[in-house]
This record gives sequence, structure tokens and C-alpha cells, in this order.
Amino acid sequence: MTLTEDDVRYVAELAHLELTGGEVKLFKLQLGAILEYMQKLNELDTANIEPMAQVLGPGAPNPSIRADRNVPCFPQEIALANAPDPGPGLFRVPSVIERE
Amino acid sequence: MAAGIRNQYEVVIGLEVHVQLLTRSKLFCGCSTRFGDPPNTNTCPVCLGLPGALPVLNRDAVTMVMKAALALNCVINPQSRFARKNYFYPDLPKGYQISQYDEPLAEDGWLEIEAGGSRKRIGITRVHLEEDAGKSLHEGFPDSDRASYIDLNRSGTPLMEIVTEPDLRSPEDAHEFLTRLKTIMLYLEVSDCNMEEGSLRCDANASVRRAGSAVLGTKTEVKNLNSFRFLQRALAYESERQIELLENGQEVVQETRLWDSREQKTYGMRSKEFAHDYRYFPEPDLLPLVITADWKEEARSQMPELPDARKQRFTRDYALADYDAAQLTSSKALAGYYEEVVKAGAEPKQAANWTLTELLHLLKESKREIAASPVPAASLAELLRLIAEDAISGKMGKEVLAEMFNSGKSAPNVMAEKGLKQMSDPEEITAAAREIIAANPKQTGQYRSGKAATLGWFVGQVMKTTRGQANPQVVQEILKKELSAVKE
Repeated sequence: MTLTEDDVRYVAELAHLELTGGEVKLFKLQLGAILEYMQKLNELDTANIEPMAQVLGPGAPNPSIRADRNVPCFPQEIALANAPDPGPGLFRVPSVIERE
Repeated sequence: MAAGIRNQYEVVIGLEVHVQLLTRSKLFCGCSTRFGDPPNTNTCPVCLGLPGALPVLNRDAVTMVMKAALALNCVINPQSRFARKNYFYPDLPKGYQISQYDEPLAEDGWLEIEAGGSRKRIGITRVHLEEDAGKSLHEGFPDSDRASYIDLNRSGTPLMEIVTEPDLRSPEDAHEFLTRLKTIMLYLEVSDCNMEEGSLRCDANASVRRAGSAVLGTKTEVKNLNSFRFLQRALAYESERQIELLENGQEVVQETRLWDSREQKTYGMRSKEFAHDYRYFPEPDLLPLVITADWKEEARSQMPELPDARKQRFTRDYALADYDAAQLTSSKALAGYYEEVVKAGAEPKQAANWTLTELLHLLKESKREIAASPVPAASLAELLRLIAEDAISGKMGKEVLAEMFNSGKSAPNVMAEKGLKQMSDPEEITAAAREIIAANPKQTGQYRSGKAATLGWFVGQVMKTTRGQANPQVVQEILKKELSAVKE
């Protein structure tokens, strides 16, 4: 599978990235190289092997689960401490603009 | 549109329902899920999406979904998996929602509804668990033209998503399905299903096809259906819109449409806006969810008798009419109240009538729920016993109940205070009847000359002199006897 420039532009759009024509060319090569390597891994026959999405093999069912209990939360000012532009008790963001 | 044209088409509807679970804490952290708190006061690194924070699954949320899934006759998967659904929106701080994708917690169930007098099974495709996003506020601020505000209290709140098969055939079907679903969720106590607070949300997929066709038409997704009325109206509008397009030789465009309740119509959102590629992939921060037989059994053991089963039991054990049983079981609290009245000794049919008409009327007038009824079930049963024993008439009983409702007093207390008691003693009533007959020779003559309706007037007079306390049936019998005994 060869990556096209359209593929690069599509991925960039999903990531909300604006790329220059030069960047599209550059990333086509770089992403293509990564995918090429994945193709190599695909040569291995894994038909009878369960897909593994998690490297931690569970020793018991659901080793990490909690009861429905409340713990103290951040005070509002801490919650908003990282906000670059907080409003009254709220995060303020540029209004959500419909993208063309 | 002419009904003739409409009848040439079949409407096909599937629903996607989101139910907010009644947990104390969020799905992946211990923050409170309380509605209405000051903004951004129920957050932590997990639900703010801060780097390095890791989700830990809320066990009770899983149990609740299992209960709902079992009630919807679904298969619970012994292993399911969380997945990341990636998209950018300011109220989604992580840039992805933790949801379930190809391995949901439960699938392949059904729910029966009543449709046009018969029962019909609506397939349930899947039931899964996911987290909610925060809340965006786009209006009401001085700079709302250029800024939006975000409250992340809701971020990470557990949601159950229920997806149906395209088995619904009319907006009424959809309304009926959602009503039944809501009742079940309330019985299970897994959600408060409050639509105004957003704890029950519904999207619909709708298409139309020529009647008899086996091929599905192009569907649209209708969003923003945040009330039962809107759901029905939006689907009626949308199906008519699609039929008109087809009738005019145009095509239905697959798109997402929003219901505008002010305009009473749906309008298309620009397709690009929601043309997402969510790039789902397994959530690496969570292990697969394993449902053991024990856990499933634990969920099953917590399930109450469900509305349909209870309704059937009511018609069987209490000999109630279908309609009454359906009314009584439409809410768990009402059904529970009714059963308490019966257990306290009331005759089941009488108890049903009084609960459904008199008590519900009083509750409705004072805008109260059955759980807050000032008349406890045992008190209503006591009143019904007094009526059954002819200690007071049914008519007086209604007055007594209203007073009990207002004052919280028991039936005997109210009756003592008001000097109310039923007069059933034939001698007292006969005396009263004779007096009236003697004082009204004209009406007596009318009755004797065959004007039977005059009897009603006599009954009224006796009731009046006995201040409504005489038993009307006894009065009628005695009057008939006395009137025919009058000498010409």
C-alpha cells in the first residue's frame, strides 16, 4: 500500500493540522516509511493468534476496578488553573466555528 | 399530505438512546455526578484529561448496565472492551471519548411494545457503557458571538447507550418504545431518566420505503429530540418530508438533521460538520472488562419484578382490567402503593379505582408524586374498609379522602370531626321518608300516576334532610316501598 498526498491531507484534517505543500510531500515520505515497516510485520501469519490490545495480562478478572464512591474534587480555581483564558468559573474557548 | 399517499409508504425507525446512570461517582474517577453544582467544581485530573491521569472503572456502573441489558433480554458478553472514539470538541478535554465499539458489554436483545392493538418485539442491537462529555455554553454571555464556555462537571459521567434495530414503524411506535424503556429504567433504578436534565437523550434514524418493499430507504439521523413530544413530532415531520421528496422524484440525502422545536421542523446540518472518522481503537489504559458468572448473577439478583410481569400479575391475582393494571404499573412507586393498600385489606378492584381516580386526581391537583402522598396506603385501606362496611357512602368517602389528603388525618378522625357517618338504619330512614312523602302530596301523586322519575327527586330530598348521611340505595328501596303504600 502506497500512501498518497490525499491520504496525508485527510489525516491532517482529522488532526486539525494545516500543512504546506512541502510538508505534505515530506510527511508522505515519512508516514510512508512507517507504514512500509508495518507491512513487513504483516508478513507474519497471525491468523490463529488473538489480537492483543493490552500488554498487561490480567492475573484475575478486572484487577483494576473501584466501588462507586466519591472522592474530593479540585476546587474550581485549581480546575481552571491551566486554562489560558478562563471566564466566570468556566473555561473560555473561541466559539465553536463550523468548519468549511 | 394526503393520507392516501402516506399509506403507500412505510416508515422505518431505529433509536439510539443515551441514559445517564444513577451512580454517585463518574465512570472512571471518584468525582461527583451531581447535577446543578457550580461549574467546574466536580473535576479531577482524570475527567479534566490532564496528562498522566489514568481511568479506573466504576464497578457499579457496569452492574447497572447489566441489569438494564438483562431487562432488555440481551446477551451479556463475558468479555468486552473499551475503545477510544477520537474527535475534537472543546467539551471533550482528552480529545477522545472512552466508549465501547466492536465488543460491547451486551447485545442482541428485544423489548416488546404495544402497536396498534397487538404486541411487537423491537430488537435491541447493543447496550454499551461510555463516558459523557462536558457541557458547552454557547449563549447568554456578553461575548457569546465569539466565545463559548465549558463546564466539565459532566465530563466522565457514566452513560449507557442503547441502540435498537430498525424495527419501529411509526412515530407512535417510537414514542411507545421510549416510554416503556423509561419505565423499565425507573423500575431498575439505574437512571432518573430526567429529560430536562439530559439524563435521557434520544436520537433517531428514520427512512421511508414503498409499502411492501424489502429494501431500506436512505436514512437520516435526527438529533435534538429532548422530549417525548419532540420525538414523535420530529419523526412525523421527517417521514413526511422524505415521502414528499420521493413523490417529487427527488432523493433523500443521508445526513444528520436537527429538530427545531420552535420552527417545528428538522433541518440538515452541513454534512462536513459531522463527517467524522472517529479512528476507534482499543483503549490502552483499560483492561478488557471480564464479566464473571457471579457478577452477572449479582446483577440479576438485584432486579425487581419488571413492569410487564407486574402488570400480568395484577390482572391475574387481583382480577384487574388490563387498562387499570397498565396504569397502576406505569410507575414502580404507584404499583407499590397499590399493593400496600391491598395488603392492608382493601378489596383489589375498589383499591384500584380509588387509587387511580380519587388519589391520583388529588395528587395531580397538588402537583405531588405518589411517593409524597399525604395519605399513606394503610389509611386509604382503612377508608375503603369503612366504605365497604357501609359506615359511610362512597360519595362521602371522596370528601373524607380529600380532607385526609389536606390534613394528613385518618379516616375515622375526619369522620368524627365532620360528624359524618352513614345512616343505614332502616327505621331512621323510613321515618325521614314518611315525613317527606307526607309534606309533598303533589310529587307523591305524580309518582303514583306513573312518573317514575319523581323517585329521584324524593331520594334527593331524603339525602338532604339526612345531610347526605343516608345510604342512597337503602333510601331508594324504602321510598319505593313507602310511596306505593301511601293511601289515595
